[in-house]
Amino acid sequence: MSDDGHYKPEEAATIFPDGKLARPLVVGTVPRGGRTVTDTIYAVTAPTTAPAASFPFPLDRAGLERGKQQYEIFCAVCHGATGDGNGMIVRRGFPHPPSYYLDRLRKAPPGHFYDVITHGQGAMYSYGDRIVPEDRWRIVGYIRALQLGDPKNDGLATTPPEQRK
Amino acid sequence: MAQIFHPATNVIAKATIFGGLFLLAFVCYVAAGVERSPWITHEGMYREQPVPFSHEHHVGGLGIDCRYCHTSVETSPFAGIPATKVCMTCHSRLWTNAALLEPVRESWNLNKPIAWTRVHDLPDYVYFNHSIHVAKGVGCATCHGRVDRMPLMMQAHSLRMEWCLDCHRNPEKYVRPKEKVFDMAYEPPGGREQTALGEKLVQQYHIRKEQLTNCAVCHR
Ligand code: HEC
Ligand code: HEC
Ligand code: HEC
Ligand code: HEC
Ligand code: HEC
Ligand code: HEC
Repeated sequence: MSDDGHYKPEEAATIFPDGKLARPLVVGTVPRGGRTVTDTIYAVTAPTTAPAASFPFPLDRAGLERGKQQYEIFCAVCHGATGDGNGMIVRRGFPHPPSYYLDRLRKAPPGHFYDVITHGQGAMYSYGDRIVPEDRWRIVGYIRALQLGDPKNDGLATTPPEQRK
Repeated sequence: MAQIFHPATNVIAKATIFGGLFLLAFVCYVAAGVERSPWITHEGMYREQPVPFSHEHHVGGLGIDCRYCHTSVETSPFAGIPATKVCMTCHSRLWTNAALLEPVRESWNLNKPIAWTRVHDLPDYVYFNHSIHVAKGVGCATCHGRVDRMPLMMQAHSLRMEWCLDCHRNPEKYVRPKEKVFDMAYEPPGGREQTALGEKLVQQYHIRKEQLTNCAVCHR
């Protein structure tokens, strides 16, 4: 009785040829309470539209705090808590990301950051499958807050030459 | 008619009756002990895994948050085991030649999931839900122990019904402030202070203590 045969999430399942109970989402699926799945998740993909020039909704204090929390879970391990790019994983040999304080990233539209989270870029894989769109925007808002909070930092000291351009 | 049994055999008869009762009680005692023992509950036993994934290195050493990998723990009943892609966000560039990680790379290249061995497994007639516990200030470490010190995953508690009920009867003994839920190093304040803090948090988080021991909470 303790195993009545029903599947728990992510169990191995003999009923599907690939043995996976968790089915990959087919393009066009509409998750309950979510948006239609538009493309399969790859490691790194190219965005198909130009980066958005502004935030789709206003960010309040609670939104920024949520952004900070999500940033610290998913980004700080590489980009560092302040965004200088000296995170723990980088110190263990992962390619060094550019500092967020570079002039070119201060000038980049919010959509650029959103697109990198969604699709990945270079050595950085996408986080679109783990962070919901609203939280991606809140992370972008938090990165903006970091940038504005340290106006004198030009980021060059913590950015390797090939990432500066 | 002569007596068949000598009067002294009365002692033996009494001894057998009492002895029998004692033996029965002893067998029950041993059975209860065995049933609660790690041999049955798997408490404290390490499991072999296809990749010797170490929470000690990744959580304790590198400081990665639980939610980087167990992403759905706050939003769903199921905590979620990370997909191979999650490992590859780092291991596409780190330890790329290590033999230990060969199954991860193979899984990524062939698009076949890694078959992790389940460590915690409640019987199918029990309903459990992570998101409510996390939302009401029950820390991962309260149920899973010091994960950041486990070189291989093991089950820190028995997961028997009496273990769930010990907390469901008196949640104030265990609840902590919400922002400390993922903090492995959090030390609850001792004795009376924990009770005072716990009672405050039970109020604040609206924990419905009276209903928590209803059978239908866990057996639905
Ligand atoms: C595993 C390490 C890692 C993690 C985690 C990570 N990044 Fe990156 N990120 C990188 C690296 C490395 C680059 C440089 C990529 C390249 O160009 O090769 C990068 C580049 C970027 C860029 C592009 C900057 C540019 O040059 O235009 C942005 C924006 C960015 N990351 C944001 C984020 C955000 C937001 C998160 C959290 C959701 C995040 N990253 C998580 C490693 C990481
Ligand atoms: C780098 C990714 C990663 C991080 C970070 C991580 N885990 Fe895990 N966790 C895994 C993987 C992979 C498994 C499956 C293999 C195993 O059981 O060791 C797992 C298994 C577990 C299990 C046992 C699941 C079972 O089979 O019953 C528990 C409990 C757990 N993790 C708790 C935690 C907690 C608590 C944290 C945060 C302190 C955490 N994990 C952080 C990747 C991670
Ligand atoms: C955020 C980055 C990151 C993620 C995600 C990650 N690892 Fe690691 N892993 C590392 C680093 C860095 C090391 C080197 C350990 C050290 O230097 O202490 C490592 C080491 C290892 C090792 C070598 C033995 C050891 O424990 O030191 C194994 C095996 C391993 N990881 C498996 C995995 C698996 C399986 C996953 C996916 C569930 C995973 N890792 C996800 C960063 C990561
Ligand atoms: C109230 C106790 C409790 C708390 C708190 C708790 N867990 Fe669990 N966890 C369990 C039980 C019980 C299971 C086994 C569930 C099953 O067999 O269906 C489990 C299973 C897991 C698994 C295996 C996958 C699954 O969902 O079955 C992972 C991973 C996990 N827990 C991670 C975590 C993390 C991370 C946290 C902290 C955010 C956490 N747990 C908090 C009791 C708890
Ligand atoms: C350390 C404390 C603790 C432990 C251990 C614990 N729980 Fe809970 N549980 C709670 C708290 C606190 C709540 C939230 C109650 C509320 O919101 O009213 C809860 C809620 C629940 C709920 C949801 C109740 C509802 O009304 O929807 C379920 C189901 C549940 N627990 C099952 C379990 C099972 C099964 C176990 C053992 C495997 C377990 N719990 C172990 C503290 C605990
Ligand atoms: C907090 C959650 C919880 C509540 C409330 C709860 N149970 Fe359970 N029950 C469990 C768990 C977990 C198990 C599995 C124990 C194990 O694997 O040893 C279990 C197992 C059982 C079993 C099977 C025992 C066995 O050893 O096979 C019975 C019968 C049972 N429960 C009856 C009840 C009744 C009756 C109530 C109400 C008075 C109740 N339970 C309330 C969590 C709960």
